Amino acid sequence: MEKTIGNTTVNMGDDGYLVDLNEWNQEVATEIAQEEGITLTDEHWKVLEYLQNQHKKDVPLTIRNVGKSGVVDIKGFYALFPEGPLKKASRIAGIPKPVSCI
Amino acid sequence: MIKNIVILGAGTAGTMMSNHLRRALSEDWNITIIDQRTEHHYQPGYLFVPFGVYEPEDIVKPIEKFIPDGVNLVLGAIERIYPDKDKVVMASGKEFDYDILIVATGTDIAPEETEGMMGPHWHKDVFDFYTLEGATALAKKFKDWEGGKLVINIVEMPIKCPVAPLEFAFLADAFFEQKGMRDKVEIAFATPMSGAFTKPKATEKLDYLLKEKNIEIIPDFNVMSIDGEAKTITDYAGKEVSYDVLVTVPTNKGSDLMERSGIGDELNYIPTDRATLQSKVKENIFAIGDATNIPASKAGSVAHFEGEVLLENILRYISGKELKEGFDGHANCFIETGHGKALLIDFNYTHEPVSGTFPFPGVGPLNLLKESRMNHMGKMAFKWIYWNMLITGRHLPFVTTKMQEAGKNFD
Repeated sequence: MEKTIGNTTVNMGDDGYLVDLNEWNQEVATEIAQEEGITLTDEHWKVLEYLQNQHKKDVPLTIRNVGKSGVVDIKGFYALFPEGPLKKASRIAGIPKPVSCI
Repeated sequence: MIKNIVILGAGTAGTMMSNHLRRALSEDWNITIIDQRTEHHYQPGYLFVPFGVYEPEDIVKPIEKFIPDGVNLVLGAIERIYPDKDKVVMASGKEFDYDILIVATGTDIAPEETEGMMGPHWHKDVFDFYTLEGATALAKKFKDWEGGKLVINIVEMPIKCPVAPLEFAFLADAFFEQKGMRDKVEIAFATPMSGAFTKPKATEKLDYLLKEKNIEIIPDFNVMSIDGEAKTITDYAGKEVSYDVLVTVPTNKGSDLMERSGIGDELNYIPTDRATLQSKVKENIFAIGDATNIPASKAGSVAHFEGEVLLENILRYISGKELKEGFDGHANCFIETGHGKALLIDFNYTHEPVSGTFPFPGVGPLNLLKESRMNHMGKMAFKWIYWNMLITGRHLPFVTTKMQEAGKNFD
């Protein structure tokens, strides 16, 4: 599904996550964050950058390893992205829906 | 020249590999298996202990009984693995050099990871059922419990036997009904996942069971702390759930040995190739069962299917051949639903559990993702299969290592 956000047209999967991280930019992130009811601050951006870097390194993301990253602790992560922090933050960061479920 | 294979851990996976390898390798290979315990537990049996179905003696046997002749069993704690020196050092200072190392140290609960979980309430109002002590203490509690709110909580994934907490909820429902006091017991299931089961299709199929059994699901609940005095659990989002009896599945972690040796991930699981089962630490180190970080269920059936792949790959490694990407993530689990019925699920890395028949396509006799008495009989018969075939490395009749796609109803 194509979606136009500001000046950018992005491909979004049925699950609402970006298909290609290369189509991500700050404007796209801001827009998706608004859909989630979140206004992005410097703290948010640091977390998003961390998630993208881990994703590029193929490191599976869990709430636990985000909490141990030194970027934010688990409580802070919930405060920034309330309710489902990893699901929401991944969506805003333009990376795939987390699959921690085994 | 004599060569050495050392297996760390004599649980389900390690014991099975010692049997496989002793049959497959010549006398030029010394096989040593190391464990600090003297007892082998049939872990699927823990689930039934709280409800008085099994007594402890039904599920505990001596480790040595299942280690074949010609394998050296060493009892004691392992201090460290030195991958650069191809050496394992015991707490006693004794050293073992190896040509091939197999890590089968499993996973265990780590209740200390959650604030407030341990304390005077531990095994009094807050119980685990992933240890024999926890399951036995819970049996005692349930014996004369007069009812109240029973909360089942998974702290975080991954856990050993991901379906066990759900089975526990189903069995509790049936247990209190049979005692004629189901109306006095409220059952809630608080999980960090967005549904009852880890796979969406199975969750959809199983949802009706929870409704039918009047079990309340509290999804997306990531527990932060437990207050043993106030009897509440609180999650990171600030949600609070009160309990009278809390049955927790604490954080699961691999052995501290990985941390001491500097080779584990943040949960002490050993990084492993998901298809070949060779570790990513060094080419002569392999891993099997719950100890690995592969994205498959931590379950005995998975260890069994891995065992046949690992045996082949060790033989290939010894003869200098390329390893086979043989493991597909195959898992096969019975799910007890209470009242003498069970479900059966069969899945792998790429296919979610679906409905169908097993093991014979179109025939069964077992039904996939559907409650039946036959499935329950399969689950109960599994104890015999475990002691007599599975851990001694026998091929289970009709069950293939790779998941079969025939007989299944994929979309």
